[in-house]
Amino acid sequence: MSDRHLSTQFDTELSGVSTRVLEMGGLVESQVERAVRSLASLDTVLAAEVLATEAGVNAAEIAIDRDLSTIIARRQPTARDLRLLIAISKTIANLERVGDEAAKIARTVQRLVDSGVSSRLRLPVNDLAYEAELAVSQLRKALDAFARLDVPRALEVLRKDDLIDQEFEGLLRKLVTFMMEDPRMISSSIDIIFVAKAIERVGDHAKNLAEQIIYVVKGMDVRHNPVGAVEDLMR
Amino acid sequence: MNARADIATMEKTKLAVRNLSFHYGGFQALKNITLDIPQNKVTAFIGPSGCGKSTLLRTFNRMFELYPEQRAEGEVLLDGVDLLTSKDDVSLIRARIGMVFQKATPFPMSIYDNVAFGIRLFESLSRVEMDERVEAALRHAALWDEVKDKLGQGGASLSGGQQQRLCIARGIAVRPEVLLLDEPCSALDPISTAKIEELIHDLKREYTVVIVTHNMQQAARCSDYTAYMYLGDLVEFGPTSEVFMRPSKRDTEDYITGRFG
Repeated sequence: MSDRHLSTQFDTELSGVSTRVLEMGGLVESQVERAVRSLASLDTVLAAEVLATEAGVNAAEIAIDRDLSTIIARRQPTARDLRLLIAISKTIANLERVGDEAAKIARTVQRLVDSGVSSRLRLPVNDLAYEAELAVSQLRKALDAFARLDVPRALEVLRKDDLIDQEFEGLLRKLVTFMMEDPRMISSSIDIIFVAKAIERVGDHAKNLAEQIIYVVKGMDVRHNPVGAVEDLMR
Repeated sequence: MNARADIATMEKTKLAVRNLSFHYGGFQALKNITLDIPQNKVTAFIGPSGCGKSTLLRTFNRMFELYPEQRAEGEVLLDGVDLLTSKDDVSLIRARIGMVFQKATPFPMSIYDNVAFGIRLFESLSRVEMDERVEAALRHAALWDEVKDKLGQGGASLSGGQQQRLCIARGIAVRPEVLLLDEPCSALDPISTAKIEELIHDLKREYTVVIVTHNMQQAARCSDYTAYMYLGDLVEFGPTSEVFMRPSKRDTEDYITGRFG
């Protein structure tokens, strides 16, 4: 049985749009990485780069959406093809929001530096970096699973989402302690909480991507289900 | 796919096909088909050329009996009574199960007489009653407004799309229970096709409609249930929304997504 359409042009259009999704995914992944790095080193130049690139992420979303409309209008796709296109539409909306989270972090870096926060301040940068590492790895795994339409890998992303949530909770407790110990830390700690929340959201978006992969391959809409229930459905 | 079976069993069955096989001389065109066609729904048969979809349709009103070398085995039950072994006059069966063909086949007579012809075979109506029946059938076929001022003209004078609607009017004039449509739009332009599809949607209120189509989008647009056939086998049968969004068989998916055909 073939994975190819009788119309090779249709195949080209589908693989073209999938490639652009992966390119957009790569771009936002690097946005998150750079934003977190700019925070760790309080590097406003790097933060500015992240903000400058955001327009490119937004443009990618619009361009891919336009391609999707064209393919649907011209090909009237059904079944797996239609599910793929619907999933891509949701995937790029999630990726665009990941880009927004990266920009949010970059703006926080600029604000922290502008308000005179120095690296002498005891910011839990290592914890943030670890949380970000988890989130970026989830995003990378989800994109990888999308590229191969790999359900087991998508399930892995769903299973690991809890780790980021736990990390976020831990960080929150730590920051509350900081704030109680030293009220001068309150303002910057709140900023850091927002950053930690932004990273946690990146993880959520990776999870959404993984759910869309299951929809494409299995035709099942598994959103809003605990991971255990999803795994049962897959059996 | 239990959910799917449940939906199908919720419908009342109009035509039940049981272990139906069909032979053209030495060639077996249908292989042990079993399928329930629900009442007051539109059921579409899709599949590549030669898959047996038209053959299956033609067994429903014993159209194949016109050819001596063709034979059917199994059962086709209309409201539980087997049509294949029925002793009823075959024209009575065809009055209950009407058929419209790929190519419009208006009789060489006026528009009015095209519609009245079938009615006259079974009923003797007064002129007034007949006028009403003809008008009702033409209205039902969404043709009345276009032909009401020229009912005496020949049926062949109409456009292709109008001729096809005339044939549908003729088919429903005798008030059948089931209407079989064999590629009714394959020779029509998109506007005429849209009119026929709209009509199919209205017809199911009173009739059970079975349509054979090469146009998958047409099946997706106007049917409630879809059967995918291949090489004489029924590969998949289910609600159209399921078949086109999440077919259960890989073969069906390959066909409807254009990976094979």
